Amino acid sequence: MSSTVVSTQQAEIEETMKRIQTHKGVHGFVVMSNDGSFVRSTIDNSTTMSLTGLIRTLSDKAKSCVRDLDPQNDLTFLRIRTKKQEILVAPDKDYLTIVLQANEQH
Amino acid sequence: MPNKGGVEKKPVQPVINGSVAAQRRISQLPRNSIMGNFRDDEQDFGNMPDLSDEALRPVRPDDQLKLTEAELNEEHTRILTARNPQAAENIVRYSYKDRLFKPIPHVDQLAVHFQLDGNLILRDSDEGRRQVARDGGEYTIEEEDEASTPEAESTEEKTTQDGEDEDDEKPVESSATNGKTKKLTNQFNFSERASQTYNNPCRDRETFVEQTPRAVFSDNVSQWAIFDAYNEDFDLQQKAKEKENKKSSTKKDDDRKKKFVATDLSGDDMAKFARSKSASISLKIIERMINQNTFDDIAQDFKYWEDAADEYREQEGSLLPLWIFQYDLTKKLACTNLAWNSQYSDLFAVAFGSYDFLKQTRGMFLVYSLKNPSFPEYIFQTESGVMCLDFHHHHPNLLCCGFYDGSVAVYNVADEQKRPKYQSTARNGKHTDPVWQVRWQKDDLDGNLNFYSISSDGRVVCWTLVKSDLMYADIVQLKLEKPATEPNETLPLATLGCGTCFDFNKQQDYLFIVGTEEGKIHKCSKSYNNQFLDTFDAHHMAIYAVRWNTFHPKIFLSCSADWTVKVWDINYKVPLFTYDLGSAVGDIAWAPYSSTVFAACTADGKVFVFDLNVNKYEPLTEQIVVQKKRTKLTHITFNRNHPIILAGDDRGNVISLKLSPNLRKKPKVKKGQDVAEGTEGESVKLDKILALIRDPDDVKSKGVPTQQTSTTPIPTTN
Repeated sequence: MSSTVVSTQQAEIEETMKRIQTHKGVHGFVVMSNDGSFVRSTIDNSTTMSLTGLIRTLSDKAKSCVRDLDPQNDLTFLRIRTKKQEILVAPDKDYLTIVLQANEQH
Repeated sequence: MPNKGGVEKKPVQPVINGSVAAQRRISQLPRNSIMGNFRDDEQDFGNMPDLSDEALRPVRPDDQLKLTEAELNEEHTRILTARNPQAAENIVRYSYKDRLFKPIPHVDQLAVHFQLDGNLILRDSDEGRRQVARDGGEYTIEEEDEASTPEAESTEEKTTQDGEDEDDEKPVESSATNGKTKKLTNQFNFSERASQTYNNPCRDRETFVEQTPRAVFSDNVSQWAIFDAYNEDFDLQQKAKEKENKKSSTKKDDDRKKKFVATDLSGDDMAKFARSKSASISLKIIERMINQNTFDDIAQDFKYWEDAADEYREQEGSLLPLWIFQYDLTKKLACTNLAWNSQYSDLFAVAFGSYDFLKQTRGMFLVYSLKNPSFPEYIFQTESGVMCLDFHHHHPNLLCCGFYDGSVAVYNVADEQKRPKYQSTARNGKHTDPVWQVRWQKDDLDGNLNFYSISSDGRVVCWTLVKSDLMYADIVQLKLEKPATEPNETLPLATLGCGTCFDFNKQQDYLFIVGTEEGKIHKCSKSYNNQFLDTFDAHHMAIYAVRWNTFHPKIFLSCSADWTVKVWDINYKVPLFTYDLGSAVGDIAWAPYSSTVFAACTADGKVFVFDLNVNKYEPLTEQIVVQKKRTKLTHITFNRNHPIILAGDDRGNVISLKLSPNLRKKPKVKKGQDVAEGTEGESVKLDKILALIRDPDDVKSKGVPTQQTSTTPIPTTN
């Protein structure tokens, strides 16, 4: 029973990732693990490497900041809005998910 | 500085040989004449023969004093005193008493020339006695040993003991011998003598080993890292405690679980990621963030937009369309029911099925969250169309639903399996017609969960979840009053009406009202099985919804396919208000924040919002909300916390609308009058309104069973 549970969860996660990638305005989607290797990426390799390295340090710094203020608190997500796009970062215990989305044009 | 005093104060030596080369002070001679002086000394000893060599004649340096004979023979007296030449002669000390410096009369004249510390101590001194006492333990033992051989050693002794004192000799001798054997040592600067042993030559030997692989690692420790570590430790401790408590019961579980240990261990990063639970949570967050970005303006409107025009329009409000919830698979299905979750105010469930008798297909129900309007959180597919559903009040994951084929089921929304936990079957009291409404009730006396369902087969059934079974119990059967047209019938056939909706009174749990397809509303009680407490001839056509007022225990609404919405008081047979909406009314709902506001949705795609406090005869808002024409709105519901309404239509869409401020008004308070908040306040408010209408009708409309023209106006709206 546990194996089927795992597979449905896996299928759901796959589907969610597909949905995110095809969502309107999403340029890129990267998932990386804590040891630095990336699990999935929809942008070219060199950009991914630089992006993950830099975002990792920033996310760690932000998390450290939040937790230093109150150890019972924790960082949920991080948004960086730039001129060209918006970078959404969701840090996790084992993984780090990054999405690049285009800014809304009003 | 003068040299050592001893050298200086040489006693006057008599002139020995009266030679010219008399004694000269060495210190006054220049240094290179020292050699010459040595020769002089040699001459003084008188050992050397007196040589009158040229080479041995004393060399007189140039700067030597040239004294005459008389001067050389002059006698200088020298006095030898016992004074220390190096002691200061005029030591002055400050006297605090006299407040001035005073010379010390006597200066210490002791000069130490040489000092040597010995390492022997006197036997009779304190230190000596202490040592002897300390070693006295062995002392006595040795005494016995030594006592046997005192004679041998007594001869060596030089004591002046006579043979007579032999008795005394032994102890004295033994002590003497012991004194010999035991050396008393000075504790402080006692030194041992050692001798040099032969040192072997040293040699170095080296081997070169392969370098152990090294890696540098660093880490930051901060307050939260310590906090985490403590938490982990605490968790481990808790687990250990639990294990101790539950040792016997877990053994069986382990046996069962052992079979499934060997799951697919693909080392693929992707698969590992997909399997991690926390990853799914973070993905979900990301998806919501993306959606928030995409629908940013809607989200802002939802939160902050208030229609400014409402200030100018006293009796009108508006509905702002917000998100539209769509899903591919539901495009052909109609939304048959909407229900908000009891605990999470942003979560709602939508039931999909088909109202068409001929075109019956599978159904489904989706659970959406307002935070993610583009995709449902949970999707459940069912075999037949879902006609109704309801979330449990206390268990936000339990959902009961009724199907077109007459069965009911209970789902656990959080369940991975997407199968119902319980389902009623044909043997189990399944309805024979579609189930139109289900509603959870409070736990019964045994603590079992139970819910009610109503169906077109005329039965109101109570289902109880007992352990793993679903037990049913017929509560009421909607018997039709058969007009006595066939007096010759011996067996009266009891026919049942078709129930379409019901609602339980919020204050008195046992009381409920049932709407039927014939247009009657029955007032029933859970305790009376056979009879209705009361019946209202409400509508001409099927009643689609009945709803009790949220605050007032006696008022309820009903809506029907005959285009009307009526407001009733449970004690009166005649409706208090009647509204004609121009098209079949699919659903009605009271607002949770006010006892006088309610909304209705019709088959021509319009939503009506009424506020009895503001306008008793006309709706405040009448608005088309559907995208395409000829879409019927089937259900409507208010959100508990947020000022939004959900409206479901028959094309599988759910539209959310924001209520403008006018529709959410609380009555203005005159200064000095305090407003009663809460349920009492609301029901009082409603009572006031009703009192305005009711007074003239008091006599006429009470307890009259047949319809009567009353003075309540029946308004028509455009």
